[in-house]
Amino acid sequence: MSLSTTIYNTFFKRNSIYVASVFTAAFAFGIGFDSGVTTFWDTWNKGKQWKDIRHKYVQDEE
Amino acid sequence: MLSRLPSGALKQASSAARLTRASAVSSSRSASVRFASSSSSTSSNAFESFMNSRLTLASATLFTAGTVAWYAHLYGTLPFLGEAHASHHSDEGLHPVAYPWSHNGFFDSFDHASIRRGYQVYREVCAACHSLDRIAWRNLVGVSHTADEARVMAEEVEYPDGPNDDGEMFQRPGKLADYMPAPYPNDEAARAGNAGALPPDLSLIVKARHGGADYIFSLLTGYIDPPAGVEIREGMNYNPFFPGGALSMARVLFDGLVEYDDGTPATTSQMAKDVVTFLNWAAEPEHDERKKTGIKAVILFSTLFVLSIYAKRFKWGPIKNRKIQYNPPADKSGH
Repeated sequence: MSLSTTIYNTFFKRNSIYVASVFTAAFAFGIGFDSGVTTFWDTWNKGKQWKDIRHKYVQDEE
Repeated sequence: MLSRLPSGALKQASSAARLTRASAVSSSRSASVRFASSSSSTSSNAFESFMNSRLTLASATLFTAGTVAWYAHLYGTLPFLGEAHASHHSDEGLHPVAYPWSHNGFFDSFDHASIRRGYQVYREVCAACHSLDRIAWRNLVGVSHTADEARVMAEEVEYPDGPNDDGEMFQRPGKLADYMPAPYPNDEAARAGNAGALPPDLSLIVKARHGGADYIFSLLTGYIDPPAGVEIREGMNYNPFFPGGALSMARVLFDGLVEYDDGTPATTSQMAKDVVTFLNWAAEPEHDERKKTGIKAVILFSTLFVLSIYAKRFKWGPIKNRKIQYNPPADKSGH
């Protein structure tokens, strides 16, 4: 069975599976893309953001 | 316009010119004249078609317009046209230098330690005259101060509130939701306290001035003695970056004026940089989130753009590449 047939049978054959996989993929991509950009942003701006200097000013965290 | 001339017109003009020139030199070197005229019959065709072409006209026009535009961009005036100005350049103020702010780049956030120091400078120096109406104490939370610090700072200020059960207004300590206290109750009081000059509100000052952060930094650090011949009225101060040169605000930042918590040496330029960073944040509090969202948007939209190009080519490929074959109907008339 070729790869395209496998993909077709797994995702496209039944509409319920197809729609569910679209929604799941969108959700996963949203989280992954967001955290990827945030990681880049935090690396690029290391030491400049509030969360990098916050520990100096927080009195006591219970 | 050239292309509308009859094609022979230019040829006649050029050949007539060549004839007179040829007769002028023929007395001295007749052989070379014949050589020149015989060989130019082929080159005149090329020259004529070159002069008649629309491309030549278009490129000459473009070259002329481009040269004039370049000159005007470089020198600010059109060439060969005199100008008379009623004002002097100093009336518009010196252009500020472009400084390498830590938040300049596409990917750069504000330096929040600098915002915190800048707030200290604002509170201890600028706030004596300048209000900051659009910033509330809560805006500092998570940007330059913790919630506890902001709450303590707010409580040091009394705000009018009420009415209470007896219908009286009363004073209460500030809350996080209160806005920064103004140094004067109204503009008239501010003018009266500053020899007629109104200290502008600083909330949006970075957006409100040409040159933005660079201008304000230059202004704060640019106080000098007036040059020879410039008269400054009593109570005014000379600053070349201020349009007109004379402003009511005196130089306020001097080395060691404030003492920073984090041990940063409080030089004049350091304080100016910090307070301008703070004011830039006050003008653009959405700055960091905006740039981060911008990164995401550019990535997503450029991906979608490439995809749409691919989809278009994919769909149009067969249509653009098809060949239509025409089979004429059999000729039935001639037999």
